[in-house]
Amino acid sequence: MKIGYLGILMSLFLGVGPLMAQSQDDDKTTNLQRLVEVDQCVACHIDEEALPEGLHENDIHLRVGLSCAGCHGGDPTSDDMDIAMDPARGYVGIPDKREVPRFCGKCHSDINFMRQFRPQVETDQEEQYYTSRHGKLLLKGDTKVAVCTDCHTSHAVFPASDPRSSVYPTNVPITCKKCHSDPDYMASYKIPTDQFEKYAESVHGQALLKKKDVGAPACNDCHGNHGALPPGVTSIGQVCGNCHINNLQYFQKTKMAEEFKKMDLHDCIECHGYHSVPPTNDDMVGVGEQSTCIDCHDEGDEGYKAAVQIRQLLLDLTTAIDSAKVLKKRVQIIGMDDLDIEYLLKDAHQQLIHARTVVHTFDPKQVEEKTKTGLERAKEAIQLALEEIKEYHRRRKGFLFATLFTTLLIIGLFIKLRQIESEQKSES
Amino acid sequence: MKRNIFKKVYDWLDERYDLTPLIEFGKHKKVPVHEHTIWYYMGGVTLFLFLIQAFTGILLSMYYQPGPDSSYESLRFLLTKVRFGWLIRSIHSWSANLMIFFAFVHMFSTFFTRAYKKPRELTWVSGFILLSLALAFGFSGYLLPWNELAFFATKVGTEIVGAVPIVGPIIMKVLRGGSDVTGATIYRFYAIHITLLPAIFMLVLALHLVFVQKHGMSEPEHLANLPESKKKYIPFFPNFLLRDLILWLIVFDILVFLAVYYPWELGLKADPFAPAPAGIRPEWYFMFMFQTLKLLPGHVLFIEGEVLGILLFMVGGLAWMLVPFWALKERPGRRIQPMEFIGVAVLVYIGVMTILGYVL
Repeated sequence: MKIGYLGILMSLFLGVGPLMAQSQDDDKTTNLQRLVEVDQCVACHIDEEALPEGLHENDIHLRVGLSCAGCHGGDPTSDDMDIAMDPARGYVGIPDKREVPRFCGKCHSDINFMRQFRPQVETDQEEQYYTSRHGKLLLKGDTKVAVCTDCHTSHAVFPASDPRSSVYPTNVPITCKKCHSDPDYMASYKIPTDQFEKYAESVHGQALLKKKDVGAPACNDCHGNHGALPPGVTSIGQVCGNCHINNLQYFQKTKMAEEFKKMDLHDCIECHGYHSVPPTNDDMVGVGEQSTCIDCHDEGDEGYKAAVQIRQLLLDLTTAIDSAKVLKKRVQIIGMDDLDIEYLLKDAHQQLIHARTVVHTFDPKQVEEKTKTGLERAKEAIQLALEEIKEYHRRRKGFLFATLFTTLLIIGLFIKLRQIESEQKSES
Repeated sequence: MKRNIFKKVYDWLDERYDLTPLIEFGKHKKVPVHEHTIWYYMGGVTLFLFLIQAFTGILLSMYYQPGPDSSYESLRFLLTKVRFGWLIRSIHSWSANLMIFFAFVHMFSTFFTRAYKKPRELTWVSGFILLSLALAFGFSGYLLPWNELAFFATKVGTEIVGAVPIVGPIIMKVLRGGSDVTGATIYRFYAIHITLLPAIFMLVLALHLVFVQKHGMSEPEHLANLPESKKKYIPFFPNFLLRDLILWLIVFDILVFLAVYYPWELGLKADPFAPAPAGIRPEWYFMFMFQTLKLLPGHVLFIEGEVLGILLFMVGGLAWMLVPFWALKERPGRRIQPMEFIGVAVLVYIGVMTILGYVL
């Protein structure tokens, strides 16, 4: 009986373990193995060791059951090369680069076909592509430009949501970089090739590439996906405004926005740059070394004065918040009540964020509305923290009263002991 | 009338449980008076501090909620919103440290007065087990606030346990409730701290006290050999007990002073993903072991330095527990006896390593 239990246990460890590993291996090889038996293209190309370069067995097309003939045509049931690769049977072989968008578009532009795989699928990629710079140049016969396979690969295609995909957000800049950072390749187009370098150092690049924050914009979020175009002069603000909605709205209502248009200046990028957008800080406002205001404004003019005022308002609030934070940490460490301080600080910080957004109105009064409330909250937090620290020290006085009682008890017991011992002495 | 009721109750109990011999024992119990009498009080002080631990621990458990999202928060609530919660927690923490301090004093005074000798061998062994349990109380309780220092100190502490050859990795995994210090570790440490350890502690403590009562106070050898007429005694009740009480109250005053003037801080909440902050060190009573392990070279001959250190501590601890069974004989005429030399060496070693731990 004991051996029976032991047997079950052994089989659990020794039997099921390898079995599970086996089933995982099966999963890995199914796509190609399954095809070898039914698809002569795969069978021969494996035998001849002529599988396409970069083929991934979990390629989306293989996974949904499309094999070679699904794109390249021909008859996959025949092991006779002449029959299998007969143009009369639809064989198209490797398409000419100029034909690639249409080649992929055969299926991807057909809503009825694509709906089988995903009911809400988009089918306008090809159409959009021909509106892009890439598409337009391709139509003119330029085969250096990117076509579908340059960005998505030919035989290792994954959905954009799959981290293995060449167009997964964190991979997009690297995919675009392949061509756009190659000075020799881009020489004939006479456009800069330092975009990736600048982008990688920018606040967006750092967030996406370093922190892997896929919410941060990659190249396609500003330039578009299939309809890739450089943002036009009038649309730059709109592009930034897709994410920075409030900042754009405040800016558009200012006098400066009108002036910018007249002077042919480009909204956001005049202060923040474009590919190399640095992390913002309060010193960008004001008249200090890092200020962007003094690029246009001179001492004495209205804008210069506003910059000084706004900078001071932000400085007052951040200083108050920092002081409150230091005190809050002290309160927290000594184990006093810091919850209300935390709420006040959160509120003050919220006001600071508002104020920083309102900076885009370039109106000190509007900024002050926010910083004033923030300052009040920060000061309340400081006051509360100081009270908590005071209370912490006040407790010591209470000890004197508490100890008075025990000390009296000690003295009383001592007197009693002496009394007992002197009685015992006199008795003996 | 009142006396009559007490007498009736006493008679009722006496008839059934034969209390009179116990009362007689208490009445005739004597405590020797000599230059080392002061050390007799150390065990009592340790016991008193243990009672404070039990009492404040029960109060704390009414608010404490173990868990990675509730340990720190519930303690913060206790400290900030519950009236005198801060005081109870601070007393619990200070009392724990004082209890271990007095337990050490009690143990070394017993060692130097050679009170462990026949027939008190098991009193010594049970006392040593109680000290080990007190250290386990300290280690398990340290993690419960789930603050930065506690988290990393427990991580390092359990890693040291994991370095014990053969059984170490298993013990570490069982202690942690997994391969790392997580919420599961808090639940385990909490269960160990408030159920397992108190149960074992109470049992060993009861044995220890029974042994002490059975043999009475140990007298120094030069006094034991004197004729009864030349010995000095005081009655246990009320003389010794009153002195005990006075000392307990003084210790209580000191304890409250420490708790109020130097309240135990809560620290910042533990963040398992944050890098370890500077100055991670164990509680002072583990410092000499921690420092020794730090100073040992990576390898000593064929064995890892850390493993060697742990093995030496295990052998040393075992030898210390079994002192009554191997104690070296006294050599007449020698100013310093061999066991005194060993005791001083151990004290100096613990002292120097502890100081180095804080200085280096």
